[in-house]
Amino acid sequence: MNRILEKVSVTPEIFTMKIEASGIAKKRKAGQFIILRVSEKGERIPLTIADADAAEGWIELVVQIVGKTTKLLSLLEPGEEILDLVGPLGRPTHIEKVGTVVVVGGGVGIAPAHPIAQSMKAAGNQLISILGGRSKDLVIMEEKMRAASDRVMITTDDGSYGMKGLVTDALQKLIDEGLKIDLVVAVGPPVMMKFVSLLTKKYDIQTLVSLNTIMVDGTGMCGACRVTVAGKMKFVCVDGPEFDGHEVDYEEMMQRQCMYREQEKESMDRCQSE
Amino acid sequence: MEEKKLTPKERLEIPPQRMREQTPKDRIGNVEEVPFGFTEEEARIEASRCLQCKTAPCVQGCPVAIDIPAFIKLICEGDFEGSAKKIKETNILPAICGRVCPQEEQCQKTCVVGKSRKSVDEAVQIGKLERFVADYQMKNCKPEAPHIKASTGKKVAIVGAGPAGLTVAADVRREGHDVTVFEALHKPGGVLIYGIPEFRLPKAIVEREVENLERMGVEVKYNMVIGKIFSIDELLDGDYDAVFVATGAGLPMFMRLEGENLNGVYSANEFLTRANLMKAYSFPETDTPIVKLRNVAVFGGGNVAMDSARTALRLGSENVYLVYRRSRAEMPARVEEVHHAEEEGVQFLLLQNPTRLIGDEKGWVKQVECIRMELGEPDDSGRRRPVPVENSEFTIDVDAVIVSIGNSSNPLIPDTTPDIETNRWGNIIADEVTMKTSKKGVFAGGDIVLGAATVILAMGQGRLAAIAINEYLSTGEW
Repeated sequence: MNRILEKVSVTPEIFTMKIEASGIAKKRKAGQFIILRVSEKGERIPLTIADADAAEGWIELVVQIVGKTTKLLSLLEPGEEILDLVGPLGRPTHIEKVGTVVVVGGGVGIAPAHPIAQSMKAAGNQLISILGGRSKDLVIMEEKMRAASDRVMITTDDGSYGMKGLVTDALQKLIDEGLKIDLVVAVGPPVMMKFVSLLTKKYDIQTLVSLNTIMVDGTGMCGACRVTVAGKMKFVCVDGPEFDGHEVDYEEMMQRQCMYREQEKESMDRCQSE
Repeated sequence: MEEKKLTPKERLEIPPQRMREQTPKDRIGNVEEVPFGFTEEEARIEASRCLQCKTAPCVQGCPVAIDIPAFIKLICEGDFEGSAKKIKETNILPAICGRVCPQEEQCQKTCVVGKSRKSVDEAVQIGKLERFVADYQMKNCKPEAPHIKASTGKKVAIVGAGPAGLTVAADVRREGHDVTVFEALHKPGGVLIYGIPEFRLPKAIVEREVENLERMGVEVKYNMVIGKIFSIDELLDGDYDAVFVATGAGLPMFMRLEGENLNGVYSANEFLTRANLMKAYSFPETDTPIVKLRNVAVFGGGNVAMDSARTALRLGSENVYLVYRRSRAEMPARVEEVHHAEEEGVQFLLLQNPTRLIGDEKGWVKQVECIRMELGEPDDSGRRRPVPVENSEFTIDVDAVIVSIGNSSNPLIPDTTPDIETNRWGNIIADEVTMKTSKKGVFAGGDIVLGAATVILAMGQGRLAAIAINEYLSTGEW
């Protein structure tokens, strides 16, 4: 159960992991996530599914080391098992043919954007991907995204790859080209999703964002993941993770994500000294 | 020998034996259980207070109809193991029920001894006796699996390893059916594990009860969210002949107040899950954090509110305020829990209601604004309706808030199984006697049907469902 099949380091801080999970691989759809726990004393963290193969029975995660749990996960080797793995969780992305879809992925957000791009393309949409990262090595999964897209645009903050700038600059460029965009799907850091949504609102382009909040059970019991969408309380684990980007209260969400910053740092420091 | 000579009058004169407890000062410094349990002698004396009424009004007060006079008689005779077995004929989880059932509202409420002594507090302490024999058996006797009938080849899927699901698992397995329990979390027990704190119900007890079920041949599969990994239809189309849905409490309710999403504001579900299931009280030894709570306000007056307040104390809070809009008499929590909370230093702000939460510049809750209330005319529940007193707002300084005003329903199964009918709150509609849902082969019970109720009511529904499931599997008639 939950045996690690493959681990590939992408950057010193990002790795991909293929995990044997035939049940989840069969069921998962674009947009869904899993929750895992790596040790008896461990916490439960949500991670979005980046890829899966139902026939071979594996799922793939793309993980950025940001705290103790992701650090411990990065230390597991192929052949070892993940203690607890539950999924697929959350509602799948609503896939339909709308015309032209722009999928925006920022940093490790490119990973969860990948199955969404695949499915949207398979539904007959014209698919344009915008991949953004701070620098070249943080633009991940480029080949897979190319395979899922009709056109790919790349931006880096430092200009080390693709166009220098932010994903919103690339999106603005598409709009300026006169392209009729029917839907934008943005997955990445909250601040990126916020600015993508601000831009698309200006042009009245329907926008979906995939939120990655703090969760505990992830099954609609604890309420840790609550966000305000269109003035109403929503729960990312069962109502989401995707919401109308124009209606999300990003400030509140970003503030809630910082709730355990102090403890997360303490935990990580202890972990690294051990 | 000796006790047989007692007349009813003499029995009525024996004072109730009081369980010794950790002192409030000691116990808020640890998460160990508060009462120590009866000694053998105390248990025999307490048992000898029972009049062995022929009519047994206590049994009528028990949702699972334990043969109470019979198990108490065995205690008098010193046959503690036999007594535990007697209870287990009808209740598979006596160590748990003995601790968390509201006996004062059930078996002990109707006890003739209590009535004669004019106080339910003076009734035979049936729950504490139940706890005693269950603990005795766990500690001193070899675990043995109850008799299982020959295999029927039929399979039952149970969704949720909480009190309702575990009860059905035992009762259905005994009839010779194969049983698989699908649990969403990484541990079994449902609310017994994530909700009820260690100091009220040691987790080792829950684990041992589940081990007993596994010894009976019940299979528990963890990390399986039904409605996601399999739908109910897939279970029925696949291996299973019947399904029992016991997914428990759903999404937490909030008060729709300004500031409820500020940092430091928890639902009781989240707060207790972090503390109990994830053992955040040991952070950073364990990895799940919980915010530092020096001054905490808990909103609500039920058992879960008491559990939250008392857990906050054990996490090191200096001031724990329990804000409840009615008066003490209307509090839904058990008297014992209210008493324990008060002894430990929880500060009750009664007839007060929060009106908004005020945050600091970084988005952390720093104050709760409340308004004073007074009791008006009785409402639908028969309790006097609290009415705000105009211009009586005041604030208290806090760094955390725990909202404990109940749960709505979990949407995962109704969303993916539209032919299971739900009521307007999203709870599954089930027949009161058979627990059958609107979908053939699917039964439901516990909080997904009841809303937020108690462990024993969930178990009571489990017993009813198990009878109906066994009948359905043998006759095939829906």
